[in-house]
Amino acid sequence: MDLSYGPQYEAYRQEIRDFISQYKDNAPRGAPLKSEAAIKYQKFLIEKGYTARTIPTEYGGHGGEPDMLKGRIIAEEFARGQMPGGMGGQGISMLVPTLLELGTEEQKRKFIPPTLAGEMVWCQGYSEPNAGSDLASLRTSAVLDGDEWVINGSKIWTSTAHLADWIFCLVRTEPDAPKHQGISFLLFQMDSTGIEIRPLVDMTMTPNFNEVFFTDVRVPKDQIVGKRGEGWYVANAILGHERDSLGDPNATLSRLTRLMELMKEETIDGTRIVDNPIFRDRLMRIQARVMSLRFNDLRVLSSRLNKTDAKLPRMISKLQGTELRHDLEQLAIDTMGETGLMFGKSEFLKDAGSWQYQYMYFLGLIIGGGTSQIQKNIISERGLGMPKEPKFDKPQMGRA
Amino acid sequence: MDFGLSEIQLSLQESITRFLDEKVPLDRVREFADSDHAFAEDVWQGLCELGVPGVLIEEKYGGIGLGSLEAVVISECIGNHVAPVPFFSSSVMAATAIQLCGSDSQKEKYLPRLATGELTVGLGISELSGRRNGGGITSSGESLTGSALYVLEPTAELILVADQKARLFLVERGAMGLSSRAMPQIDRTRPIATIDLDDTPAESLVGSTPSGIQALIDLGRVTLSADTLGASQSMLDQAIAYSLQREQFNRVIGSFQAVKHMCAEMAAEIEPSRSLVWYAGHALDEVPEESHLTACHTKAHLSEVGTFIGKTSTVVHGGMGFTDLLGLHYWFKRIGFNRQYLGGPEYVREEAARIQGLVA
Repeated sequence: MDLSYGPQYEAYRQEIRDFISQYKDNAPRGAPLKSEAAIKYQKFLIEKGYTARTIPTEYGGHGGEPDMLKGRIIAEEFARGQMPGGMGGQGISMLVPTLLELGTEEQKRKFIPPTLAGEMVWCQGYSEPNAGSDLASLRTSAVLDGDEWVINGSKIWTSTAHLADWIFCLVRTEPDAPKHQGISFLLFQMDSTGIEIRPLVDMTMTPNFNEVFFTDVRVPKDQIVGKRGEGWYVANAILGHERDSLGDPNATLSRLTRLMELMKEETIDGTRIVDNPIFRDRLMRIQARVMSLRFNDLRVLSSRLNKTDAKLPRMISKLQGTELRHDLEQLAIDTMGETGLMFGKSEFLKDAGSWQYQYMYFLGLIIGGGTSQIQKNIISERGLGMPKEPKFDKPQMGRA
Repeated sequence: MDFGLSEIQLSLQESITRFLDEKVPLDRVREFADSDHAFAEDVWQGLCELGVPGVLIEEKYGGIGLGSLEAVVISECIGNHVAPVPFFSSSVMAATAIQLCGSDSQKEKYLPRLATGELTVGLGISELSGRRNGGGITSSGESLTGSALYVLEPTAELILVADQKARLFLVERGAMGLSSRAMPQIDRTRPIATIDLDDTPAESLVGSTPSGIQALIDLGRVTLSADTLGASQSMLDQAIAYSLQREQFNRVIGSFQAVKHMCAEMAAEIEPSRSLVWYAGHALDEVPEESHLTACHTKAHLSEVGTFIGKTSTVVHGGMGFTDLLGLHYWFKRIGFNRQYLGGPEYVREEAARIQGLVA
């Protein structure tokens, strides 16, 4: 057990702290996607090596040596200093790693630099109305007509579709092949003829998602990543990245710190909530869970550093992290009582309504990125060696 | 940066597991439980040959001078096998109490014999952490009067007890005025008794300070948590093995999603708990500013997780899980004991809140 990062890393940490104190007041906060301020700041962070750190310079990255601890320290210090970090989004977090691994040289040069700079925004076209947990049963079709794919079908839960320039999309190109082998991974522009976008308002009353409909959308034949029929494997090459980042225990820890303050501020019948032993007990239960997941996260990181797979500790992190976060936000709502029901532009809101919003949003994250139940299938089958769910080619009982 | 067990810790874990696998099958545990607690000499001797009793004792007193995390690793193995040995009371608690609070001559007198395992010591300090009705000892100079409840390993040569002012004493098992009443309890792998003292001569550990007592309790809580962790892992392993062998509706029950999800939930609770127990063991020696809080949270959290695993694993086994025939209940009860001893979860969580200034 050695939890120190070592002197060279502590020097690196200090360098970042100095950077943050120098630029903290000038960093843009909440700048809209593709705004001049957002792009300028993103390019500055790349130049400094605080985002896109290990992506080669020829693709618009910083070109640093891979070093997980440096990446970790950047994340820790930016969170600690409440400094806006590099851009996320599905283009940067999902498509760029996919292209780096499986894209052609031409695709890398064309797409990665503007994506990293925030000039080219992407959305992800995976889920469909009838292909959620069973994603591989997706039906949006692409048929080759001369030098172009012709796409028909629809996608759902598509974040940022209304802002995106491009989409990376899973489509069925081989209708006669087994379902996992009939899918291809295509890239196309969102202003193509035949695309309709309808906002999908979620329970937070925010249009975080969209439905996207394709009618005879024509896409050049070479805008495919990997080969025809290999799209499932292209998508899976990086799906693990998304699961790992949902329910990050360090973000949960900073929520817990704020919750402890909130419980000292809020009162019931004139008594501070924290002085009520039942509330206090609930807080302590949550704190122990946060602690255990933080150490679990360190254990997973440590395995990665040693180039081994932690397996079970890794597999449980999305399930436990999102469930814990939802429970934590619930405790904050209960701490506020009726004030915890306020929503929208209420003058009674605490912390700008973030508790109410996150409470609901994390219900979404328990479902998105592989539901808790799908996670339990994965844990039991791949982690514990239990039998796989039976798979059926045709609809079974219970469905007409 | 390396969050995990070292080579030495892993090899310790492996050699103890190999020994316990061979020497402490369930039949041996039953034999102990049914024998009215005849001391399991064969098991203890084997552990002594591996150096286990000396794990926390300094080399100059004949121990192997390892740290709390190594004791945690051993405790996890012992809990995993529900082994009936006095490791916790004698090798962890008494050895540490004497090292932290004993005089030089007491160390010289007791530690070498504790390190070989020749001397075992019972543990009667439950009054230090959540005193219940009927317990409590007063001291007058070097003699003690009153009762110590729930004393672990009460037939040992010496008993470590605490008085109401939280000072520690060693009492000889055969001392004048000492009488012992067995307390039959659910966990038959660990005998306990009430020890009544009536002006009984005792030897005080003169260096009993509040911080020393606290360190002792922290160590005890983390070690018991490791025992629960090991027992929980065994209950999960047994549940999976049973579910892959038991058939109903023409399939193994482990192929039903309801059963798979119960097993997944157990694993999802056990893995972060393992990380927490390791960290808490590490913090006892290396992160003093966090060790008290992490020990409280570890004790409370492992109590809750253990309770969940105990129930869920039993349910996966169906009716068989409820029988004495299968013997799964030995693990269930071991976890139940660990939950209450040195403070149940509500008690310990309140302590965790107090440490952080959350209790007015």
